Amino acid sequence: MQTTSSSLQRQEKQDVSHIKNILDNKSLTFAEKVISIKNVETRNKRSQIISMAGDIVIVDVDLAMAQDSTGPLAIRSLNEMGIDKLHDPSKALLVIDHTFPAADEKVANLHALIRDFVSKHNCMKIEGSISHQHILEYLATPGMMILGADSHTCQAGCVSAFATGIGSTEIAAVWATGQLWLRVPETIKINLSGTFNKGVFARDLILDYIGKVGEDGANYKALEWKFSNDYVKRQFSMDSRACISNASMECGAKISVFPTDEITTKYLDENPRINNNMGGKIEIQPGTSAKYKDEFEIECDKIEPQVSGPDNIDKVHSIEELANVEIDQAFIGSSTNGRIEDLEIAAHMLKGRKVHKNTRCVVTPASVKVYEDAIRRGYVEIYLESGAVFTNATCGACVGTHLGALGENEICISSSSRNFVGRMGALSSKVYLASPATVAASAIEGKIADPRRYL
Amino acid sequence: MTMNDQPIIIASISKGRAWVFGDNINTDIIIPFRFKSRTNDPYEMAKYAMYGFDPDFHKKISKGDIVIAGRNFGGGSSREQAPVALKYAGISAVIAESFARIFYRNAFTIGLPALEIPEIKGKVNQGDEIKIDITKFTAENIRTKETFHASKVPEFMRQMLLEGGLVEYYKKYKQFPWIQS
Repeated sequence: MQTTSSSLQRQEKQDVSHIKNILDNKSLTFAEKVISIKNVETRNKRSQIISMAGDIVIVDVDLAMAQDSTGPLAIRSLNEMGIDKLHDPSKALLVIDHTFPAADEKVANLHALIRDFVSKHNCMKIEGSISHQHILEYLATPGMMILGADSHTCQAGCVSAFATGIGSTEIAAVWATGQLWLRVPETIKINLSGTFNKGVFARDLILDYIGKVGEDGANYKALEWKFSNDYVKRQFSMDSRACISNASMECGAKISVFPTDEITTKYLDENPRINNNMGGKIEIQPGTSAKYKDEFEIECDKIEPQVSGPDNIDKVHSIEELANVEIDQAFIGSSTNGRIEDLEIAAHMLKGRKVHKNTRCVVTPASVKVYEDAIRRGYVEIYLESGAVFTNATCGACVGTHLGALGENEICISSSSRNFVGRMGALSSKVYLASPATVAASAIEGKIADPRRYL
Repeated sequence: MTMNDQPIIIASISKGRAWVFGDNINTDIIIPFRFKSRTNDPYEMAKYAMYGFDPDFHKKISKGDIVIAGRNFGGGSSREQAPVALKYAGISAVIAESFARIFYRNAFTIGLPALEIPEIKGKVNQGDEIKIDITKFTAENIRTKETFHASKVPEFMRQMLLEGGLVEYYKKYKQFPWIQS
């Protein structure tokens, strides 16, 4: 049957109207709204299908990403299934970020496997920039459905995307079909009030929260962040939101989202998306009478600088408790805290000072764009003068694969994502996590140190 | 790169000896990044199973052994290599009080039985013989004669597990298990 252009237009209007109905629904959480919109039934029936917490639904996926340590297994699974055609290569993204450039022959061979796959299927590829930062800088939009074979994919919740991590073979299935099943998560709403004291940052807030709820405190759940007023809201820049959404994985959150506001819009205006076909220009706000599994209050003014570790993220301490723990390495980087604001605060503290003689300091930007900004603003020079090492953009030391691995019994304080046993190298090494400011103060003193005396 | 292409498919009813662990056994303990990111061969990944607990774990276990754990087993990274390493090292099931979300999905996807049994805490000693039945989703401690029922999962997940995981399911039916025909 031939479709006339007027019936197509009518169809588009209907699509917009039932999506608008979902967006306006007052009883749905953020997660319920996005999944209702992306539910393949909503698309098939062209009507408003409501998906509530606990439902299992099949969704259309706007972007499916794998990186250099998960992509090879996804490619292997596709090959084993005998699938040689992707549903939509323009929605498949391969990122070579974890061990970039290749640290050895074994890694180089797996990178080559990814490059061959990309040229065969003509999908998107990025090398260097960390996937989550690249997705934030160029691809993610509010209401987009993003799945990634990397747990920190949830970072894109900072721009109101539904973004979560899955495994390699499931990414292969999404590449093959454009779809996947999801369980609609229950939501924990976190109300933020108060202003940060000097020396306290988004990373301290999320470490403090994880310390209170534990490493599985939000397992299977969505976290929705809400500001009590505009004054509170303005302290949460896009970089700090990205840190919180990213680190929410460490208490098991499936997604961690900031509803769309003027900070989201401004960020998207200043950082144009390079993909026009992936998501519309929509705003996602949770309904005012949405049902929450739990609510949690955080008063920003009550938070102090936090240090987490070693071995578990929910083991959080005040700096006083760990003062005088001597460190071998200080690492500023990773998708959790390797953005320009992170490099800015640490550069500000290290300016005119030296890294302690018993400590090495490694600084790794989260993306090529962050690297370029750091050069332009003079931070790279400051780091080099202080005695720090400034590396290319990569995940690097965070995963102990290159550019700052730890030896036996070495101790590192790090702005990166995890402090698990052997995370950055030897099983006997220890990792403490903190904000970039606390890491910079520790680099100067050669031991875990309070950033407030340098600010 | 050498590649062993022989997939392991775990029987629907199996018996094995228990290895008992505590809470928060994360994926960095199950297989460190620096090893899993340097191979695409499941049998090679198996050599690093539980490396963060004991680098020789893969040599000490016997085929069919079972991991018993506390809360939040498999937290952290999305690495599918974690359940793959356990399975190809010879582990035939993981029973935990609770699982981290991505590990749980991955275990079913790659065909490693993952049974969530909150009341397992304190009911299994190291070395106990455990019988797993994934047709009924139960675990029995042969020593105490106690049977435990695991949390229910969607039927398509159980079917996928019975077939040996997503790849084996797709090879057989040319369809993904969550698609209703």
